[in-house]
Amino acid sequence: MNTTPDPDNFNPRKEGFRCGLEIHQQILTEKKLFCHCPAGIYSEDYDAQVLRHMRPTLSELGEYDGTALMEFKTHKEIIYRINKKLTCTYEMDDNPPFLINQQAVDIAIEIALLLKCSIVGELHVIRKQYLDGSIPAGFQRTAIIGVNGWIPYKDKKISIIQLALEEDACREISDVGHRRIYATDRLAMPLIEVVTGPDMLDPQEAYEVGVQLGRLLRTTGKIRRGIGSVRQDVNVSVNGGTRIEIKGVPQLPLIPDLVFYEAFRQYSLLNLRDKLAERGINKENLQTARFDLSGKLENSALADLPDDENKVSALLIKEMSGLFAHRLGSNRNFADDVRGRIRVIACLEHYPFMLHTDDQSETTISGTDKDILKSVTGMTDNDLVVVVWGPPGDVETALNEVEIRVREAIEIIPNETRQRQPSGETDFERILPGADRMYPDTDSPPLPISRERVDKIRGQMPVLPWVKEAEYKELDLPNHLAWMLAISSRRTIFDRLVSDNKVEPVLAAVVLLEQLKNFSRLGGNLDIISDDCLDELFSAYKKGAFVKEGFRMLIEECALTGNTDWVNLAEKLNIRRVKKEEINKIISESIDTAREELFCKPENLPKVVIGIVMDKLRGSVSGKELIELIQHELNE
Amino acid sequence: MENNDNKGYRGAALSILNKFDVSVWNDVEIETTDGVFSGIVLPRSETADDRHIVLKLITGYNIGIEVDTIQGFTSYGSKEAHYKIPEKEFPYDPIKPNVVLLGTGGTIASRLDYRTGAVIPAFSPGELYGAVPELADVCNLKTIKLYGVFSENITPEHWAGTAKAIKREVENGAQGIVIGHGTDTMHYTAAALSFMIRQTPVPIVMVGSQRSSDRPSSDAALNLINATWTAGYSDIAEVLVCMFGPTSDEYALLHRGTRVRKMHSSYRSTFRTIGDTPVARLANGEIHMIKNDLRKRCPKTPLEIDTVFDDRIAIVYYYPNMKPDIIDSLVDNGYKGIVIAGTGLGHVNKPLYPSLKRAIKEGVHIYMTVETLWGYVQMYVYDTGRDIMELGVVPGANMLPEVAYVKLGWVLGHTHDREKVAEMMLTPYAGEITEREAVDGYLIMQGGLPEMEKFLKEVHV
Repeated sequence: MNTTPDPDNFNPRKEGFRCGLEIHQQILTEKKLFCHCPAGIYSEDYDAQVLRHMRPTLSELGEYDGTALMEFKTHKEIIYRINKKLTCTYEMDDNPPFLINQQAVDIAIEIALLLKCSIVGELHVIRKQYLDGSIPAGFQRTAIIGVNGWIPYKDKKISIIQLALEEDACREISDVGHRRIYATDRLAMPLIEVVTGPDMLDPQEAYEVGVQLGRLLRTTGKIRRGIGSVRQDVNVSVNGGTRIEIKGVPQLPLIPDLVFYEAFRQYSLLNLRDKLAERGINKENLQTARFDLSGKLENSALADLPDDENKVSALLIKEMSGLFAHRLGSNRNFADDVRGRIRVIACLEHYPFMLHTDDQSETTISGTDKDILKSVTGMTDNDLVVVVWGPPGDVETALNEVEIRVREAIEIIPNETRQRQPSGETDFERILPGADRMYPDTDSPPLPISRERVDKIRGQMPVLPWVKEAEYKELDLPNHLAWMLAISSRRTIFDRLVSDNKVEPVLAAVVLLEQLKNFSRLGGNLDIISDDCLDELFSAYKKGAFVKEGFRMLIEECALTGNTDWVNLAEKLNIRRVKKEEINKIISESIDTAREELFCKPENLPKVVIGIVMDKLRGSVSGKELIELIQHELNE
Repeated sequence: MENNDNKGYRGAALSILNKFDVSVWNDVEIETTDGVFSGIVLPRSETADDRHIVLKLITGYNIGIEVDTIQGFTSYGSKEAHYKIPEKEFPYDPIKPNVVLLGTGGTIASRLDYRTGAVIPAFSPGELYGAVPELADVCNLKTIKLYGVFSENITPEHWAGTAKAIKREVENGAQGIVIGHGTDTMHYTAAALSFMIRQTPVPIVMVGSQRSSDRPSSDAALNLINATWTAGYSDIAEVLVCMFGPTSDEYALLHRGTRVRKMHSSYRSTFRTIGDTPVARLANGEIHMIKNDLRKRCPKTPLEIDTVFDDRIAIVYYYPNMKPDIIDSLVDNGYKGIVIAGTGLGHVNKPLYPSLKRAIKEGVHIYMTVETLWGYVQMYVYDTGRDIMELGVVPGANMLPEVAYVKLGWVLGHTHDREKVAEMMLTPYAGEITEREAVDGYLIMQGGLPEMEKFLKEVHV
């Protein structure tokens, strides 16, 4: 008899964990990909609403795609909210596409080159079907820019299968019952999709490769930042399992937990399959029966539910007792997987829409209701009963789906996409679509990508972040500064200051990264800190207008006043290069003041003297140097 | 080796395929100066350049490879797939009406070939049933492919042929007729059938689609369902156009064949009744009549057709500074009828007068309509109008220019007698001229007005 797996003892690497990433990153263009609407503006205000339904279309093999059928079963009414400033008739699928945005193509080529992809000779726009309504046309326009690239990770290469340029989908506003509402502001904004091979062999690697890719993208300075501008789909499988796609992970640090629990879920579903086999349950002999329970229950949670428009139905599954409680995660069991599926497909929303006899808690099926269930369905201790509540048509769909899911558990782990739950685990989202959903976009002509165009972009590419980081470490920058600077937009000015103006690397890095961050935190407007402005700052420093201790005060003052006349500011703040003799004179005068005018006690003397001296010399001499000089003077 | 199977490839692209003995549908690895690409060689559009080879990658995407970068091919056999829509037998239910769907072509009768992107016809009942199974809930459907032409290629022969086919099918017991047609010229055909079918016992419903049925958001299915319902159950024995009312998947509008026009190049709700209200609104098998002056379904009425047509006719869309040679060249080329879409109430410039006079003298029949589309020709208001009438140009009331064009061809098929022609042209045969224009006949609302903003936000447009 095999025991139920426990996540605490689960080692993904040992079970053949494989993970690949699909990074969806919006790119920084002025306009959308196939029309002339502005990109990057979000608003939930709307001027008009359009209602559509999505119909499955036949694949080239004459079959309906699994996702398509599922979405059709849900009978969703899709409402699009349109803000007329952000969405035009193209996004609503009432106008054919305009020619593809060339700025977006250039950015995508640049990123594909950084990923060492082979760039296609001709771009072909393809339609990728989405039946969930997230795109009004029912398909996304997408095109491959490059294939077969790689990035280094530790001592191996992570393969990049392809880079596609595509349009973003709608944002879901709500999805209640049979009605789903979308905002269309984000729709059709250009994004790139980077697909890695399934080369990550444990959850931590998946995270770290994600970080690595994210840094590469940022290096270009041509991607959008901020919430929603990047989303990761993560593909996970284990030995004997299947490729499961976790959709739309918004932040990389969420990845390790999500992929760990998904790997565990697959591992545990394989265990469930073995248990079913041990009980002799197979697809041919699985026995089920359905019963109408409307109005028959007395004191469980279901007894009080309004039943005028709703129905309570039961599905008896023979020999299945205990298996709905089979553990699939830290706090999930097989029943949760089933529940997630019927919630999506049958559109059942109102809890508790599904109860089952494996659930031991008193709040579910309790007391006399258990006896009623037994007498109505004839269940024995070896059997399981699932009870579903909702509108009659949906209950029917739900019971069908429960049965389908149980049959799947006998044989396979179903191909599906899953969505992240707040718990860090995942729940069913939809059936995984097949490659059949791709077909050519007859509305868009092929676009030749000349080698001259590619070479020109190649000539202006930024240096890869890991190459740059290694260079900076050579300059003796501390690790954290080298890491940050390698993808900073201030990289170019840093390189120039260090090589042309001979500024000390650490000083330049601290000013450009940390002090400018402080500038911004104080409310300074970074737009006024142009590269020229920084050039002037460092040349004033090099000409001796102030010493390096003055940078901090100058930048703080600039943040508060907006004044970038550095020489003038330095004079105003009285920060200047001070001669040794003058410093010594100020120190000895201050000691006299402290002793004679302030009647300072000897034990307090150093502190008080430092205070007086610092007031006079702040920003002109380093604090550390002053303290040493004062100590020296006092000791004498 | 010369390979004749390389569909669409020519010039440099064809040479390189032949050089490496590779053909369309081969599963290949192409070595290029930019790296290696693997996939299946696809046919190429004949209008595309000869510099690229098209590959379908295993992920389903297509890409093009530039010929000059290619260093070699490795071929791994061939994977040709023939796209075929599954045929399912259309069920028969004795209590449902028998509807015949006549296909003439256009988007509604086509599907995409997923491999090549080419548009291919799909019109057998089995195919339609496979794609829109709900049709079986509406009627017993028989489909006949009359033609397979894009609607810009429709001719008066197609109009006459369609009218004859309708007669045949109705006499064979069809309880309603649906005509699948490209949308671009559907209103011309609708007008032609309105004149050529003098009376009908059953509804004749034209339908098309603005988005092909391979698209999940296609309007084809809903249009077909609504059109077959109208044909099978509605009480209207006239030629109608049945298309989306709003762009939302909400309801269809039925339009009279002589008052309807395609008004947007791509919207789903492109068909509008001009100068009147639509006939009815239809959704989920419920019809709400808007107009009540339509001929009623009557099984005893024999279907009569009159398909004569003289195609020596033209429309001249007037523009400022039009030169008389435009009219002269029509006359010189033997045209017998001209419909002018004139400015405002029906005007053209003075320099045209001598040419118009000569045309009429030579027996050409000239009718005036308005390029404003809405409103009547009224040539008494200004002297210009009176002068033009003096020349012999006849005002065409509120006939739409395209409708007047079709009608003139049909009338000239009967007679060239000037008075007879005028009498027929000005007699309404199928609602093409209305006696009055009601206040809700001209409604082109403008965005930005508070009441329209409210409408847009609250109603599904």
